[in-house]
Amino acid sequence: MTGQMDKFLPRPTPESAPFWQGCRDHKLLLQYCTACGTHQFYPRVICANCMSEQLEWREASGRGTVETYTVVTRAVSDAYAADVPYVIALITLEEGPRMMSNVIGCDVESVKCGLAVEVIFEQWSAEITMPKFRPVTGQLAS
Amino acid sequence: MDNLRGKVAIVGAADTQVGKLPQFSPTGLCIDAARRAMADANITKGQIDGLITCNSMAEPYMYHAEAMAEYMQIFPRYCMSVVAGGSTTFSILHHAAAAIVSGMCTTVLITMADSLRSGLTRDQAMKMQSSAGHSQFEIPFGPTVPAFYALIARAHMHKYGTTAEQFAAIAVACRKHACLNPTAEMRTPITIDDVMNSRMIADPLHLLDCSLVSDGGSAIIMTSADRAADFPHDPVYILGVGEGHGHEHISQAQSLTTSFAVESGRRAYAMAGLRPSDMDFAQLYDCFTPTVLVELEDLGFCQKGEGGAFVENGNIELGGMLPVNTHGGLLSHCHPGNPGSMFALTETVTQLRGTAGARQVKDAKVAIVHGQGGIMSSHTTVILARERH
Repeated sequence: MTGQMDKFLPRPTPESAPFWQGCRDHKLLLQYCTACGTHQFYPRVICANCMSEQLEWREASGRGTVETYTVVTRAVSDAYAADVPYVIALITLEEGPRMMSNVIGCDVESVKCGLAVEVIFEQWSAEITMPKFRPVTGQLAS
Repeated sequence: MDNLRGKVAIVGAADTQVGKLPQFSPTGLCIDAARRAMADANITKGQIDGLITCNSMAEPYMYHAEAMAEYMQIFPRYCMSVVAGGSTTFSILHHAAAAIVSGMCTTVLITMADSLRSGLTRDQAMKMQSSAGHSQFEIPFGPTVPAFYALIARAHMHKYGTTAEQFAAIAVACRKHACLNPTAEMRTPITIDDVMNSRMIADPLHLLDCSLVSDGGSAIIMTSADRAADFPHDPVYILGVGEGHGHEHISQAQSLTTSFAVESGRRAYAMAGLRPSDMDFAQLYDCFTPTVLVELEDLGFCQKGEGGAFVENGNIELGGMLPVNTHGGLLSHCHPGNPGSMFALTETVTQLRGTAGARQVKDAKVAIVHGQGGIMSSHTTVILARERH
């Protein structure tokens, strides 16, 4: 956790608080609309597909695929300098929604589009635990 | 939708000095640009009844346009600030055209400036970096602005086989044009190897794939086409304009490789009654090289996925099939932030007046200019011409 407090910590809002509570519990939670049957991310007060308020929280599988990525060699701020080089990726979750995260726990050179990844959790503060991803060993998603 | 076609014209256009200008405040540059544009149109400040600006990051005001009006002691009946990132310039143009046609005002001054090179405090610079992205679901992971665009570049490479060398060809073309422009910041020729060998910033984007960070300002005067003959220079007419807004955050984009430039372009072409093949040159938003490639595809200059081949072999250089960013663009002319596209606009006016000197596009009659803001989020396309049509 050293130095993480100087990073840009997310500030949960009423609609996102259950997501961040899920991260603290090491669960990746997504909103599911029972009216139209779609998952969504990020959290909203309505379903962005059908505007219904019939949303419930469901635990996601935590698995996804790297849709695109970059390796950052010049950090956004001093608090991120120790992480350089780090991977920023857009990950398509098995349930459909896309989210940004870091791919960690591997050589940055090994990250490719199509890489199968799974969520792991990294505690930054008492309130904030970040959802990050690591390669699923030996698998390349189709 | 043809209700703005040929109804408004740009009758004055001017830039300030650009580059590293610590001797000027952003407000000073904004007013200097306005003064120069008024001189170009040969009008007095009392003739301006519409004012549109965008806020400065280095010297923000709560109500920027009102503050600029106060500073110049002008008293417009139409006054507003617009912010749409890099698309600001052309979305402002759209609003100004609509205001003129609907009778809200007759003569609009659009002026903007910023001092991103000299004027930002460390805190402001940090805020600027960290304000691009979702505060909860993107920024905490540490993306930089180049990283956001690198995500788009990588997606295009993966899907279509586009190469880093093809992105580099865009930087080379812009630099070649800047070398012919005495006001451009960067006037040393570069090669594809120079781009590829420059420092990696966010893979696959190298330093020379990234635009400049500059101080500078630029302004235009617009009025109705019916009044355009009353000014000293040949008017430049707006034939088409369209916007498309797809997302704010790149992680929410419907597609990472096709942008809402498709929508803005389609609307602008429909209003103008023209096609991509009618364009003599193009000014395409080039905060990073991949944006130009995607815009060329999405604005219909080549098939989707063929942008890489399109930018090779000098096709987008002066003398090529479609000269792009004839002033040098954000990559090599200057880039003071939200005002960046204004220089593409004033350059378009210069080209269509036929006064661009060594970088003049031969027989330039019709041009397309495109801005995008956010991370390929907001798009505005404008088609401008020497004739009213």
